[in-house]
Amino acid sequence: MKGYIHSIETFGTVDGPGVRYVVFTQGCPMRCQYCHNPDTWEPSVGEMKDVDEIIDDYEKYKPYLTGGGITVTGGEPMMQIDFLTELFKKAREKDIHTCLDTSGIMFNEENEEYVKKVDELMKYTCLVMLDIKHIDDEEHKKLTGHSNKNILAFARYLNRKGVSVWIRHVTVPGITYNKEYLMRLGEFLAELKNMEALDVLPYHTMGVPKYESLGMEYPLKGVEPLDKSEALKARNIIIYGRQKRLEEMEREKKIN
Amino acid sequence: MKNTMQAEWDGFVEGKWSKTVNVREFIQLNYTPYEGNEEFLAGPTSVTEDLWSQVMDLFKQEREKGGVLDMDTEIPATITSHPAGYIDKDKEVIVGLQTDKPLKRAFMPFGGIRTAVSACKSYGYEVNPELIRIFTDYRKTHNQGVFDVYTPEMKTARHAHIITGLPDAYGRGRIIGDYRRVALYGVDLLIEDKKEQLATSLVRMTSKNIRLREELAEQIKALGELKKLGEIYGYDISKPAKDIKEAIQWTYFGYLAAVKEQNGAAMSLGRTSTFLDIYAERDLKNGVYTEEQIQEMVDHFIMKLRMVKFARIPEYNALFAGDPTWVTESIGGIGIDGRSLVTKMSFRYLHTLDNLGTSPEPNMTVLWSTRLPINWKNYCAEMSIKSSAIQYENDDMMRVTHGDDYAIACCVSSMRVGKEMQFFGARANLAKCLLYAINGGVDEKLFEQVGPKYRPITSEYLDYDEVMERYEDMMEWLAGLYVNTLNVIHYMHDKYCYEKLQMALHDRDVKRWFATGIAGLSVVADSLSAIKYAKVKTIRNEDGIVVDYEVEGDFPKYGNNDDRVDKIAVEVVEKFMNMVRKHHTYRDSIPTTSILTITSNVSYGKNTGSTPDGRKAGVPLAPGANPMHGRDTHGALASLSSVAKLPFKDAQDGISNTFTILPNALGKDSVFASTGDLDIKLTPEQIADIENGNL
Repeated sequence: MKGYIHSIETFGTVDGPGVRYVVFTQGCPMRCQYCHNPDTWEPSVGEMKDVDEIIDDYEKYKPYLTGGGITVTGGEPMMQIDFLTELFKKAREKDIHTCLDTSGIMFNEENEEYVKKVDELMKYTCLVMLDIKHIDDEEHKKLTGHSNKNILAFARYLNRKGVSVWIRHVTVPGITYNKEYLMRLGEFLAELKNMEALDVLPYHTMGVPKYESLGMEYPLKGVEPLDKSEALKARNIIIYGRQKRLEEMEREKKIN
Repeated sequence: MKNTMQAEWDGFVEGKWSKTVNVREFIQLNYTPYEGNEEFLAGPTSVTEDLWSQVMDLFKQEREKGGVLDMDTEIPATITSHPAGYIDKDKEVIVGLQTDKPLKRAFMPFGGIRTAVSACKSYGYEVNPELIRIFTDYRKTHNQGVFDVYTPEMKTARHAHIITGLPDAYGRGRIIGDYRRVALYGVDLLIEDKKEQLATSLVRMTSKNIRLREELAEQIKALGELKKLGEIYGYDISKPAKDIKEAIQWTYFGYLAAVKEQNGAAMSLGRTSTFLDIYAERDLKNGVYTEEQIQEMVDHFIMKLRMVKFARIPEYNALFAGDPTWVTESIGGIGIDGRSLVTKMSFRYLHTLDNLGTSPEPNMTVLWSTRLPINWKNYCAEMSIKSSAIQYENDDMMRVTHGDDYAIACCVSSMRVGKEMQFFGARANLAKCLLYAINGGVDEKLFEQVGPKYRPITSEYLDYDEVMERYEDMMEWLAGLYVNTLNVIHYMHDKYCYEKLQMALHDRDVKRWFATGIAGLSVVADSLSAIKYAKVKTIRNEDGIVVDYEVEGDFPKYGNNDDRVDKIAVEVVEKFMNMVRKHHTYRDSIPTTSILTITSNVSYGKNTGSTPDGRKAGVPLAPGANPMHGRDTHGALASLSSVAKLPFKDAQDGISNTFTILPNALGKDSVFASTGDLDIKLTPEQIADIENGNL
């Protein structure tokens, strides 16, 4: 089976555990204002690659991919769920660690057929990196053009399934770099028993030249990048929110 | 050598090394591999900090003066030409400077008087006219010898930059004396050994044997001068070093004598850390010195290496992007018995990047093996991220050829320390050679007939087979001319600018590598790929000379692990090396080649016209074996895999890849919370901060 591929990075070190072979798929419904890969938005364009072609190429780099595996990111990989499932299935046959980096936007609990497909995909997925853009639904709409309901539903689904999850969150000045939102995000995360790690990324402006080369207006013009120490503060707030909520839940349990 | 255990060797395990010069065996019998981490390391002492701030101040003054602080215009440099020089005498634990003052550059005319004078002139210094007269009228230099013999064709090729960077007016360098021998044996035993070599050399007076006898006599004299150099600084180095301080000092005196005598293109140190660690371990065990004291000695030693400077012409600095000395020190690696050669001293060397701050010199080169201890690997990675100053080379590959006591000269040239030397050969510009093949030997910049007048290509669109056939012919010509030019250079260098001290720290019968080099490999591979897989149209001037190219369509580019083009690169290297091998090389040396330009690619590009890969005239070539900038689009591993296909057997003098990556693209740091971090305990201050709403 073939999928639309934007590009391949053979030496990925920030997209999951270890050194990873990273597949960027083409196409994404989200329009996040800080997206640094706007060239991956348009679906069904560009180069098509076969699952076997990707697995064969992966094998070439196997000795270097220590403690790593394959990560599919995008774009939104779940837009091509059949392709993705086949890729992960073949990867697991070769004992390759599989990681899905997704926004969760494609998830729809009401669509039984789709949920079945996701069930199948999860059989071959070792780790999901779920990127929660904003905890507040209204703000989420402003930031991405979509509601976060399906995303949070996907997080709960993964929790029920017991799939390992790393949560990613980009902290942006004036948008998510905000105490209330960070606390709320932490409180939400307290529900997720499958969560293994939290990755708070400081907002950066490295995507700006891409917008320029694509002739697009950059939506966050003038927003200053955050530094590491600020991201660390944001992380601590999320962790604090999560821990407080966990304590609360503990108390509630005792009362009941 | 006298078969007696020296008092200074007390506590060392005896072996062949105690009867004949054999540093490798000494190391193998006596070193202690270290598998631990960096926790034992000591920070800088207040003396080190004070001394280093004085040096930093001198560097600042040097920059403010336009790159040179002071120059000697009165004394031709020899090992003993200058009185003792100090930064701050009472504070220096390890002593010795090239001249009588820190950063004062010596006058070194033996490579070529004109270059030495013009180096001074370009910084506003006038050499004593009497010296100019001596080195013009009475004492011939290397440069004069070379130009007496060069053919018109050699001069033209040099002028057109198809052969470039030739060491015909400066020291060739790339020779590593085994400076450790000075510490282990003391100078007297080394002299005794050399005298024995002379006494047992052939007496049938062929020119070869006469030359060897003369050279051995020169070497013995140089060792005598080395002993005097010690005396100038108040040390008797005739005997072996008795502790770590003396071992470092003796080793440094050996190196210092070399950089007093030779202004070589690369004056590398060798592989000293594990050797010196044996002394450090003995002293730590016997309570002679503390870790802090030993680190202080290492810091001061490295400080001295950072201060090595040569008088050079601005063109030279343009070629090498700065003022490099290539004081390369090879660290670590795995022994042929499987033990790691990493010692505490390996850590101490890298630790100077913390204690003194980062610096490109000495060029710390980690000999990398997959089997190195994990703590060492982690420490190297950490120091790389912090300092961006560590070079890595493949020990697993080089060990097969060179054993486990080789070192790197310059950036990639490997040789067994004290047993092998190299004739440095700069490089041939293969990208330009391709243009000559297309234009029938006419230079695309000078519009002169430089190469042989072969039939040019006259078609509008380039045909792969036709270009390849012409290219091979042109490479044959270039290889022959190049090797012969180098033969002239090395003959004259041996005659007029012999490295007597460095060669005194070698065995008598050394293996000589005849190094050649190639520039522009990725441009050649991409150009041929463009011709093969896309359409390349020629654009000609009114005389029919191709001056530019238009590429129609896409083509596979070197650096993406794509065999279609990578195979072309491999083929070109193999072919050119085999062409080099066809020619006679000076002194029975063994030809090798390197693909290693690290900075000079900029200047080579300036002198190379537009190429069929779409690169425009004057644009820098890629450094070494690198893919052309921006053409590798599949990430680091694909890019490196292309480079890794190049055959080491045909580029045994080394293949370099200059790799730049943002540290945060190498992995997550502390901001990333892993499993355990989710439950970290926030401090009351942090909680108060959050509760108070402070971001």
